[in-house]
Amino acid sequence: MIKQIYDVVIIGGGPAGLTAAYSAWKNGAKEILILERDWEVGGILQQCIHNGFGIHHFHEELTGPGYAQRCYELIKEKKEIEISCDTMVLKINADKIVTAVNPHNGIFHMQGRTIVLAMGCRERTRGAIQTPGYRPAGIYTAGAAQRMVNMEGYIPGKNIVILGSGDIGLIMARRMTLEGCRVQAVVEICPYSNGLTRNMVQCLYDYNIPLYLSHTIVAIHGKDRVKGITCAKVDAYKKPIPGTEFDIACDTVLLSVGLIPENELSSEAGITLDPITHGPIVNQHRETDIPGIFAAGNVVHVHDMVDFVSEEAEIAGKYAALKAQGRVTGGLADLKIRTDNDIGTCVPQHICIQKNNEIITLFIRVRRPMKHVQITVRNSEEVLSEKHMSAVRPSEMISVSVNSGNMKSRYEDWTVSIREGL
Amino acid sequence: MSTEEKYLNCINCPMGCKIHVTLNADTIITISGNTCPRGEVYARQEIINPQRMLTTTVRIQGGMLQLLPVVSQSTLPKRLIFDCVKVLQGVQIKAPVKMGDVIVHNILNSGVDIIASRDVKEKST
Repeated sequence: MIKQIYDVVIIGGGPAGLTAAYSAWKNGAKEILILERDWEVGGILQQCIHNGFGIHHFHEELTGPGYAQRCYELIKEKKEIEISCDTMVLKINADKIVTAVNPHNGIFHMQGRTIVLAMGCRERTRGAIQTPGYRPAGIYTAGAAQRMVNMEGYIPGKNIVILGSGDIGLIMARRMTLEGCRVQAVVEICPYSNGLTRNMVQCLYDYNIPLYLSHTIVAIHGKDRVKGITCAKVDAYKKPIPGTEFDIACDTVLLSVGLIPENELSSEAGITLDPITHGPIVNQHRETDIPGIFAAGNVVHVHDMVDFVSEEAEIAGKYAALKAQGRVTGGLADLKIRTDNDIGTCVPQHICIQKNNEIITLFIRVRRPMKHVQITVRNSEEVLSEKHMSAVRPSEMISVSVNSGNMKSRYEDWTVSIREGL
Repeated sequence: MSTEEKYLNCINCPMGCKIHVTLNADTIITISGNTCPRGEVYARQEIINPQRMLTTTVRIQGGMLQLLPVVSQSTLPKRLIFDCVKVLQGVQIKAPVKMGDVIVHNILNSGVDIIASRDVKEKST
């Protein structure tokens, strides 16, 4: 039975929502509600049947469904945590009133003393990349194809070209091959792969699948069903080079061309989004610019590892719980975090400096692959943290921690910078 | 004596070192290009006995899902992967299933069990 008021209402029952619920419970919240639109919790992990999840968070290598189940098992017996599946949230407002709909209750409302946004992200589609051609059958996002193959039991086609070499594209290249399909090529517009080396080796090289770097699809052929694609080399500005085109026959094109945080609910509530991450601007507690509304996971910024999603959700769940119980005091100062040119994104975007010392972890993405780098977090007077790394890539998120207790100056903005070739 | 050359991409870290291995018959003569000791260990394993985890699905009857995701309990010899998938394509089991249940014991005499990745409850009627 849905109550009218909860300590913490969590929007989304994927890894972020489940971990936030557990963290809120550990931190004393007594009435916690998870709203999930699917028939079960677990989110996108349920279709990610490959392994490699959980090494950091659970100290054990798990599959996606295994990770989801571990998260669920931590909360399923807790009487303070209620889960409402088949429930679609329609609206959130700044007073933290949530409007939702499901088959049992119709349209209903509830209020959270605090809210945690955990809606995750969605895939970019063909519309987002504007590939010319008709609209034949046989064009899918890689994630849609993954759901068909791994959960619903049918394959989207037999002769496949994949656009984009992010991890989802690479994993699907192997998955389709194991299911008896032929993957003709993976086409990547960047001069480097956007996936992990492990996935390059174990998903492409193991099966002799060609990877075309600095190439893109310039046309998709076929009127009713995909018949093939035209591929071309691109220049340094990612523009196709005339005269380099060649055709590949195929019946299916899978798009693995990036993910976008899903923030329609956040925008409508009036939460300010970061134009670069496409997620809410948050402080180190993952609180948005509407007090009491927190956010965690891929809704904030797209992660490459679910373990980091859980780490972030633990923070959001904890502070949502403390705030709901009136156990949070105001900050001493609000500091901005600036980034230099080679840093693409940094979350959190600002820090609400507390009286008590905290370890603050910054999640950073670089703009281009670099080797032998030093990452420095500093303010105008002192170096707050330094990290050396042998190699960094845009596809792999970097974490850097700052102990606020070591700071002499508590009122200076921070800058994150990176230097290469040390 | 004929020597053979192989190139590998190390998967241990984002450096992604290109490792160069020379072989005589099946004996490793030299390993170079790695920038840390983990690269050498990886190269030896990849050359002598490459191993992979396997994840796929099997059909499940009477469950909340059509398919049950499964995983090898440990790594399998790489050369057995396709044959293991064929065996698993023919497997059909009945719900309910618990995470960790053995779905195929000692697949293709590899000494490795194939286990369920998650629970699947019976479909409520």
